[in-house]
Amino acid sequence: MSTAIVLAGNPNSGKTTLFNELTGARQHVGNYPGVTVEKKQGTCVSDSGKFNIVDLPGTYSLTAYSLEEVVARDFLVNEKPSMIVNIVDASNLERNLYLSVQFMEMGIPVTIALNMMDVAKKRGIQINIEKLSKLLNVPIVPIIARSGEGKKELLQTIAANMNGKVEPLTISYGYDIDTALDEMEEIIRSSAFLTANYRARWTAIKYLENDSQVIESGKKDNIKVALQLEKIVEKVTSHLLATLDTHPEGIIADQRYGFINSVLKQNVISYFYDKNRMQLSDKIDKVVTNRFLGPIIMVAILMGLYKFTFTYSEIPVGWFESFFGWVGGVADNALPEGHLKSLVISGIIDGVGGVLGFVPLIMFMFLGIAFLEDSGYLARMAFMLDRVFRMFGLHGSSVMAFIVSGGIAGGCAVPGVMATRTLKSPKERLATLLTVPFMNCGAKLPVFALLVAAFFAENEATVMLLITMISWMGALLVAWALRSTIIKGESTPFVMELPPYRMPTFKGILIHTWERTWQYIKKAGTVILGVSIVLWAMMTFPGLPETKTQEFENQRSTITSGVPFQILDELEILEQGNLKVTRKLSAKALAVKESLNQVDFDEAHAGLKNSIAGRIGSSLEGITKFAGFDWRTNIALVGGFAAKEVVVSTLGTAYSIGEVVPEETASLSDRLKAAEGWGPLTAFSLIIFTIFYAPCFVTVVCIAKEAGSWKWAAFSVVFNTALAFGLSVIFYQVGSLILT
Amino acid sequence: MGIINLRQMGVDQTGIITRVKANGELGRRLRDMGLIPGKEIKVQGKAPLYDPVSLRIMGFTLTLRNNEADYIEVEVQ
Ligand SMILES: Nc1nc2c(ncn2[C@@H]2O[C@H](COP(=O)(O)OP(=O)(O)O)[C@@H](O)[C@H]2O)c(=O)[nH]1
Repeated sequence: MSTAIVLAGNPNSGKTTLFNELTGARQHVGNYPGVTVEKKQGTCVSDSGKFNIVDLPGTYSLTAYSLEEVVARDFLVNEKPSMIVNIVDASNLERNLYLSVQFMEMGIPVTIALNMMDVAKKRGIQINIEKLSKLLNVPIVPIIARSGEGKKELLQTIAANMNGKVEPLTISYGYDIDTALDEMEEIIRSSAFLTANYRARWTAIKYLENDSQVIESGKKDNIKVALQLEKIVEKVTSHLLATLDTHPEGIIADQRYGFINSVLKQNVISYFYDKNRMQLSDKIDKVVTNRFLGPIIMVAILMGLYKFTFTYSEIPVGWFESFFGWVGGVADNALPEGHLKSLVISGIIDGVGGVLGFVPLIMFMFLGIAFLEDSGYLARMAFMLDRVFRMFGLHGSSVMAFIVSGGIAGGCAVPGVMATRTLKSPKERLATLLTVPFMNCGAKLPVFALLVAAFFAENEATVMLLITMISWMGALLVAWALRSTIIKGESTPFVMELPPYRMPTFKGILIHTWERTWQYIKKAGTVILGVSIVLWAMMTFPGLPETKTQEFENQRSTITSGVPFQILDELEILEQGNLKVTRKLSAKALAVKESLNQVDFDEAHAGLKNSIAGRIGSSLEGITKFAGFDWRTNIALVGGFAAKEVVVSTLGTAYSIGEVVPEETASLSDRLKAAEGWGPLTAFSLIIFTIFYAPCFVTVVCIAKEAGSWKWAAFSVVFNTALAFGLSVIFYQVGSLILT
Repeated sequence: MGIINLRQMGVDQTGIITRVKANGELGRRLRDMGLIPGKEIKVQGKAPLYDPVSLRIMGFTLTLRNNEADYIEVEVQ
């Protein structure tokens, strides 16, 4: 038999660690219905039985304050799990129990997994577990999630207590509130108000806590009773305001903490040292968040992350490249000439390979970010940067989303947009998720790398830094503009926990990294595959009309007709790939060959121009020329709407079609340098455009999902493109004026 | 020394919360994190731009912006 239990607790209490420890690889991640909060589920097979475990989002309380809290609560109410395994940080008992108390008030069986016993011990905190368990009337098992210690006992305890009936905890909230609660409970019970889902007293408490969600559903259930209850609440509230100058919710919180305190005071907890003694973590903070050292250290850490990513990913990126090169070679030999071959090589292998080639880079980046996150440093960055972010209408916690999206360089806006989930205020969240696509994600980097190598080779590092700065400035200013116009509103409180620094575990980081990398790979495997095929088709069809092809054929015949047959033979041998035999073409043969190649080039060029993509590119040239983009660049940029990775590969295709001497494949950057109409000005204009224009297709879908409406997704496409175009035109025009 | 605003406390100063004037979302959030009358707090540090501040309460560290600290009154020695 398998039974459903939930894992719940404060953020940073070790919930994820325990969940991984219990379920191992038998887990999958989804979403709670209708919202974007992640839902992790898994199974745990043990001697004590098989358990289905749902990981509830980490919360501090069960008010309807944040999406996570609402989700956690709804799940408990609707799914009625047979047990809540409440993970409690033993080194932070008092605050953690605040949530436990609320679980107990709901009347669902609770088992407390008292985690971080090692940390508590180190800090000289001693807990009388037996006594605490007796006073709270719940089973408590000490564990160390990180090492798996206590896991077996925990599972046994869960199995043993699963089907027991529990008495919900009743806390005394003082005379005024208790009286009101009794009165309300009576009314609720007699009219079966909301009782299908909630316990009567719990509903009453939520009414006094002014819980918008419960009050809303109350109105729907029975408006008469709802009004009756609201009246009672009003009466107590005005009474309490008059006598104690507080709201009922304040008193309820005070009393919950009071209850916890009274329990702990009965010799449950003792400290060997002063409770607020400087921990190692505090000493680190004194340095790391220091007024002068803090920012320097932050920059150094970010630079380190950058170096780490790019240095160590170079080798595996090379492997991926050679692998796809090899696959391309195999396909080249195996397939007959024609559309199929062209589709497989130029469409699929180049397209998908181009994206998968970045996987190592992305993975190293995520690895570094996971380390910063799990160690607790990211929270310090939010702390230090909050003041700056707030000036632009964002929140210190936005920093995470920006960095994941490529704030340092080489991230991905897809997980970045998802990372905004940690932001509580819908307005700051929206502003963040609309501006993170301006960061330099791993897909834009190759575009920059290409252009910088071609046109700014002497100042590569400086230009890259400049690009990073431009994207940040743009993002912050746009955020500010949005927050002072269409998404105006109060900022969310920055009441946030700074978790102690912890050495991250290898396993934890790997899981974290893998989850994010997998999102990226999925994108390459699905969307980008489709996009590559579509783009290939657009660049191939319709082919040249018969008459045109004939014309080029005629040109070829004209060239070859007057040539002696020995020379044609020479070329024939070359054609078959027997380069060794020919070693060197005679001068005459070479001349013929070059003329023939020129025809080939012209034909391919004409073919591309005549294709759907070419026509789109050409028709856009009328406007894009103000930013310095020709029709071939336009094709690449249109492709970039689908995925930014495509920009480089499409430029590659567009500028390589009909290479003059295929054996001497010049690098794309050399080709661009040589190409007509290209110069530093065009290149930088293109860089600016790439930074700001529409997010890639997958990101747009993500924005729609996270912002809850397609309106914002459409906004980001239109607005960003307009902004990018405006900036590029200004840059190009002003630049041209100055240069001439 | 009397009752002052949390914003006015210096780094490493300790005190006991006497009143939390915030209501609504901020009030709820503050209370959930244990910022209620009677609790002892210590100012742990300030961010490089002097805002937000970090506090030690019930053995853990909490951050708070200055304009949020304004809602909290503290009795200091
Ligand atoms: N020392 C110690 N560290 C732990 C223990 N359990 C978890 N951790 C660490 O605490 C940090 C936060 O854990 P995590 O599972 O991510 O917390 P969550 O936010 O509740 O999911 C991680 O760095 C864990 O490695 C434990 O029992 N002892």
